[in-house]
Amino acid sequence: MNNEKVINASEVKQYIIFNLAEEEYGINIEEIESINRIQGITRVPKAPTYINGVINVRGDIIPVMSLRKKLNFEEDTFTNSSRIIIIKKQDASIAIIVDKVKEVVGLDSKSVESVQESNTKIGIDYIKGVGKIGNRIVTIINISKLIENIEEELIVGLR
Amino acid sequence: MDVSQYLQIFIEESREHLQNLNDNLLQLENNPENMNILNEIFRAAHTLKGMSGTMGYNNMQKLTHTMESVLAEIRTGNVSVNSKLVDVLFKSLDALENYINVITETGKEGTKEYKALISDLSSLLESKGEKIKNEVKAESRVTNGSITLDSSETEYIKGVLNQGKKVYTINMQIDEGCLLKGARAYLITKNMQDFGEIYKSNPTLKDMEEEKFGFDLSFIVISLDERRVFEEELSSIAEVVKVEVIDFISNVKADDNKNEVKKEKIVTIEAVEENKQDEIDNQDEKTEEKSLDDKKQLSSKTVRVDISRLDNLMNLVSELIIVKTRLEEEVKTSESNEALEYLERVTTNLHDAVMKVRMVPVERVFNRFPRMIRDLAQNLSKSIVLKMTGEDTELDRTVIDEIGEPLIHLLRNAADHGLEIPEERVKSGKVKQGVINLRAYQDGNNVVIEVEDDGKGINYDKVRRKAVEVGAVSAELAVNLSQGELLQLIFAPSFSTADQITNVSGRGVGLDVVKTKIEALGGNVEVKSEVGKGTKFIVRLPLTLAIIQALMVNIGKERYAIPLNIIQTIEDINVTDIKHIQKRETILLRDKVIPIVRLGRELGVSEEKSENKTNTLTIVITKKGERETGFVIDSLIGEQEIVIKSLGKYLASIKMIAGATILGNGEVALILDINMLV
Repeated sequence: MNNEKVINASEVKQYIIFNLAEEEYGINIEEIESINRIQGITRVPKAPTYINGVINVRGDIIPVMSLRKKLNFEEDTFTNSSRIIIIKKQDASIAIIVDKVKEVVGLDSKSVESVQESNTKIGIDYIKGVGKIGNRIVTIINISKLIENIEEELIVGLR
Repeated sequence: MDVSQYLQIFIEESREHLQNLNDNLLQLENNPENMNILNEIFRAAHTLKGMSGTMGYNNMQKLTHTMESVLAEIRTGNVSVNSKLVDVLFKSLDALENYINVITETGKEGTKEYKALISDLSSLLESKGEKIKNEVKAESRVTNGSITLDSSETEYIKGVLNQGKKVYTINMQIDEGCLLKGARAYLITKNMQDFGEIYKSNPTLKDMEEEKFGFDLSFIVISLDERRVFEEELSSIAEVVKVEVIDFISNVKADDNKNEVKKEKIVTIEAVEENKQDEIDNQDEKTEEKSLDDKKQLSSKTVRVDISRLDNLMNLVSELIIVKTRLEEEVKTSESNEALEYLERVTTNLHDAVMKVRMVPVERVFNRFPRMIRDLAQNLSKSIVLKMTGEDTELDRTVIDEIGEPLIHLLRNAADHGLEIPEERVKSGKVKQGVINLRAYQDGNNVVIEVEDDGKGINYDKVRRKAVEVGAVSAELAVNLSQGELLQLIFAPSFSTADQITNVSGRGVGLDVVKTKIEALGGNVEVKSEVGKGTKFIVRLPLTLAIIQALMVNIGKERYAIPLNIIQTIEDINVTDIKHIQKRETILLRDKVIPIVRLGRELGVSEEKSENKTNTLTIVITKKGERETGFVIDSLIGEQEIVIKSLGKYLASIKMIAGATILGNGEVALILDINMLV
């Protein structure tokens, strides 16, 4: 419901555009707490493979997830431009690793179209829409949906 | 203004009064003649009645009122204290506690009326019932109101009367024992406003809200409803001792031509009443001061603080300790050394101070046990005395909140399984009355709580049989189990040696729950038992959960923290000393066979890193209960004070990790949960 509202309302929203395996994705900036460089990630034994470990973000311990592994892309490759994006969440924040953070753009809701079919590697469930920046096409990720799913998977999977 | 702002205070104070009632009632049972105890009970009950009435909890008020009547009769000597009476009073306390629980959850008292209980209480009063009713009636005498109206106001009232509306003068008096007068007045005016409009009042509504009045209230109310409606509505409000509703018509008519005269009269009446009021107020103040003085002697000055604020403070101290550790690592020049040492001292003291603030005496948990044991003894037809020591031992608030349930289990066990029935005790040459000792004391960084009974002890043969029965061990193995090992078995799930399942215990859900709970708190539980002499459960708890001393170790390239309190020794052993017993690696250390765990393998640290090429292994020996285990690590880093942080809800179910801590360099190290690894 909420997502549709976002798309229908005619207003400009800010998106963080990042790269993941050669493709461009966007996340609404309101859902992001901060963007950090890759720092020491502590591996957690017996955690699912797509959890790289935990990091310290201003005194809080936050799990780091590899989006690549989670979405069954190829293996992680950390480079100098790799970044950790910390997703805001009321009770428990989570961080994701992306290949590169490119820019922040304002997208008019008119230039974000909803899609029926995914033409990227991400399942349609996790896609909010497709935005156009000039002649580039950016897939807007429904990050809260993705997190929600992970939360369930982790809690059930570990029991 | 709203009554709900008093809700939290109400709940907290009610609980205190209930605890007070429970304690004193227990004492009264043993000293039925002691007037001081009785007075204390009466006071607490009266206060509870007043408070519940003020909050509009009528059912609760009704119950406390009946209790109070019974207590009053005991005080006058018309009814004597016997066990039946005490039982009914205890039941009433339980009912009141239920009310409070419902109120805590929902903010309302619920609809349960405990009619049977009230009639039980009333039957104790026997013929005294009549008398009470009469008294209530006699109290509702009539006095004059004290509202003056100027001519324009009288004109207005006349106009209203001409429109066919009704105008009443309502005089009310609030019980002098009422604690929250403001709230009470609010309730009254709110009730009135449901049926009409308050035109004028003495004192003014604002003064009522601010509690600037004695106990008399007068109103002029304009309404469409009959007089009866007000009489009924208002007299149903608790703690109102007098309600008088007069038609204003007669007043106005009579006053019409003698307006002047009446005014004067009213003024004089008012003056007199004010004087009286002042006197009463003065008296109140005096008595209040006196009782305050009394209280001061008993308890030191305290402040109630929300626990979340303390948590916040603790978090800040934790941050400070992390930064301090970081400074120590980074700044190592000689001139900064002194300052660093000073900082170290200050942070340690600060930590201790904050910890102390969070500490609560175990009394908070212990105080409900005497009542529980009394009820248990009655249920089980045993004679039991509970001896408590060290109630002032302090524990972290978070631990206190969790420790109640396991202790209840242990006490129930002691009462039910541990202690024998009186005949059996006499037969085996013991005194009839069984003793349960509940002791608390501090031991280094731990608090120890012991539950000891002088009962029959644990029957080892029975445990052995039962263990085979539930499939915990095979029959052949069972024969060779030592007493110590057998005692460990009683903590296994669904294990109970009680022949009969009573409603007290014996369903086999007790001890494993106790163990899990206490281990979850970072503690451990041991049991010692001697046949014929009794059983002792020893619960060991950490003083705090937030900051601990830990040993930092390297495993491969990873760093882990092991809580220091469970570490026995650290040994270097030769690889060739490792023996295989039943496919497990073990070592022989000081004549003890100790199984060893290769942490690197267990934690999935990548092999090539943890590969140890030398011939010696460093082993950390931990002790959990009677059981020792050796953990193979790669190297030691050292002892450190660490702040425990949760892994968060996503990873909380990874059992072998108890939490995480932030190192001086900002990186995260995981804390091993040794209990899950042995």
